[in-house]
Amino acid sequence: MSTAVFIAGAGVISGIGNNVAECLDRLVKGQTGIDTISYLETKHRGLLPVSEVKLSNDELAVLSGFSPKVNRTAMLSLIAAKEALDNAGIHDIPGLRMGFVSANTVGGMDKSERFFADFLTDQSKGRLRDIINHECGSITAIVAEKIGIRNHISTISTACSSSANAIMYGARLIKHNFLDAVIAGGTDAITKFTLNGFNTLMILDEQYCKPFDENRQGLNLGEGAGYVVLLSERAASLLKKNPICTLSGYCNANDAYHQTATSPEGEGPYMAMTGALTMGGFQVGDIGYINLHGTGTQNNDSSEAAAIKRLFNPVYPKMSSTKSFTGHTLGASAGIEAVFSALAAQQGLVYPNLRLKTPMTAFPFVPETVFSKDPGIRHVLSNSFGFGGNCSSLIFSKL
Amino acid sequence: MKVYIRSIANVSPQKTFNSSLFLNEFTEYSDNRLTCIEPDYNELIDLKLGRRMSRVIKMSVASAFACLKEAGITDPDAIVTATAYGCLEDTTVFLTNMVEQDEEPLAPTAFVQATHNTIGAQIALLLKCKGYNNTFVSGGASFENALVDAMMVLAEKESAKVLVGGMDEITDFSQVVLNRMGLYKRHPVSNFDLFKFNSKGTIGGEGSAFFLLTAASSENNFAAIDAVSTFYKPGNISETAQQISSFLNAQSIGSGDVDLLIAGNNGDTKNDEIYLELQKTVLKGIPFVNYKNLCGEYPTSTAFALWMGANIVKTNSIPATLNHNRTSKSKINKVLIYNHYQNIFHSLILISSC
Repeated sequence: MSTAVFIAGAGVISGIGNNVAECLDRLVKGQTGIDTISYLETKHRGLLPVSEVKLSNDELAVLSGFSPKVNRTAMLSLIAAKEALDNAGIHDIPGLRMGFVSANTVGGMDKSERFFADFLTDQSKGRLRDIINHECGSITAIVAEKIGIRNHISTISTACSSSANAIMYGARLIKHNFLDAVIAGGTDAITKFTLNGFNTLMILDEQYCKPFDENRQGLNLGEGAGYVVLLSERAASLLKKNPICTLSGYCNANDAYHQTATSPEGEGPYMAMTGALTMGGFQVGDIGYINLHGTGTQNNDSSEAAAIKRLFNPVYPKMSSTKSFTGHTLGASAGIEAVFSALAAQQGLVYPNLRLKTPMTAFPFVPETVFSKDPGIRHVLSNSFGFGGNCSSLIFSKL
Repeated sequence: MKVYIRSIANVSPQKTFNSSLFLNEFTEYSDNRLTCIEPDYNELIDLKLGRRMSRVIKMSVASAFACLKEAGITDPDAIVTATAYGCLEDTTVFLTNMVEQDEEPLAPTAFVQATHNTIGAQIALLLKCKGYNNTFVSGGASFENALVDAMMVLAEKESAKVLVGGMDEITDFSQVVLNRMGLYKRHPVSNFDLFKFNSKGTIGGEGSAFFLLTAASSENNFAAIDAVSTFYKPGNISETAQQISSFLNAQSIGSGDVDLLIAGNNGDTKNDEIYLELQKTVLKGIPFVNYKNLCGEYPTSTAFALWMGANIVKTNSIPATLNHNRTSKSKINKVLIYNHYQNIFHSLILISSC
């Protein structure tokens, strides 16, 4: 079993930009993508802030090449996956066994909602084309077709850790010599279904979210897609440029505590982070920056902080939650954050944690609040924890 | 790498759960919808917890627990689930409430349980299992992806015990919608007669089957899984044949070494033509049985097929209910499961006797 998995390309679309360069620019400038709702048709417009991709479905259709009748989740996916693939520069490497492993949690729900409103009045009503790609797996399938991948496609859905598990699975398919290259990550559009779902759980902040702040009130939803292109050592050796970084560690664990809450001591997060460090043969001091899960809910941030304290005390790496920019993009979040983390490892970037005023009093560390560059950063840890106790951590390392 | 099936539990439209007999009778359905015969949950799931669970969650938790019980294991190292549709009932409950109440405050339970990883999560929660936990929602290749994941977990840690399951449910809404899409037959057909007529459409099915897999062989194993492979949207029938023959080549076997083919025929003429064509070339001469007349068509139906294949290998017999064109071989050593879901997702699972 070969050990190294390289990251050769990255692609992202989110509330702070339609590609990697735009997102990075906003991260450097500290400009959030969270705003009032302007695209989603919902009663919560003007009441609940979100981080929408700043394009209508028609504009996304033009950018992606999909018909505007296709759901938003797939259009976001195609835009980011294409960027990642182009960025990887692997088009001219012959004979690569390519896979597409993409995560999502909502599937084509934005269109299903429309179908359902009509269908409920009369079961012969509702346009079938609005429900045909309802399934999560359909999103991956129709995007794979557009980018021409037939060898292996998989869809993973483990709530908010989905795309971390997609990246892990992709890396393992390479290590086990099933594939040479995998586009891995995830996508999710904001839908009424998820907005109302999170609203009923009463974990949405009516103001802009404040991850890791003592007075945090909840999360803001976001949408987008993020992918990295994973390559085997052999495939990477055929590249005409340097890869971005390596994926040097990962771990998936389950908190097994509660369906929607993480344990107060952060057992699952601790196990995921520890497992990723162990796999890469790292000491805690090797980690230079943590891209936090940091949703802004009381529960997540305190259990993540407890796990960080247990693992890193007394010397803490720099850390921040980029969800203060992108909102919580659910099934896409670990893909988007993998892109940010891979670039952080490559270029020594430390992103700011916006709107942090009062650090959590129970913990002796404070996330970074301004953008900085630190060439000393060699290894970046990215955390993703989800409903159902699904916790996953990834480590990206400078070449 | 080879992995071994130590135990299985299967909730299906046939009497497959908690039954020591292997398909000795055949349950008939005559309305194009095969519904699971549900077990008595009280013996398996705490009453209070069970009340909050939807049907697919209950069937799945029950089959997962029964599978572990049969293997005598309480602490699997990994749980991998596969579902194309997810928890449909909960999804429709929340959607309906949201539409009918025009986004006024709603109860969160259905939303929380609509998450696709609910089943894997519930099993982990009830077992306090903190190990690897993953959920595949890859349409008609979901279960196969979960098997590949489980096999990789076992290659990474040989001592692991991996619980892997595939499940999907039919709801009243999904039956109507899939019918409108033309998936099902226009007129009611008995599952007994599924392969009697040349007509368009199939019959709907559902089920939940769990398997406990290990890397080490042990005395009471059902069968070994030699290899699993999937491919997506082949361009034509010769590409499909090529994929199948590469799969067999990679296992260093030819079609003559396969003692039985379990084929995914579903009664839809166009769908079944693919099997027919392949049986003239790459799958020629292999005795075969169908299974979708027993469980109906659904994206994770190969979990039912794997249960069936493992039992055939273990008992070295093909139940008379399968209406099989007899194999001349005295020992069934290798069984190939080949299925395609709407000619989009194709999959191959090779199992062998231990």
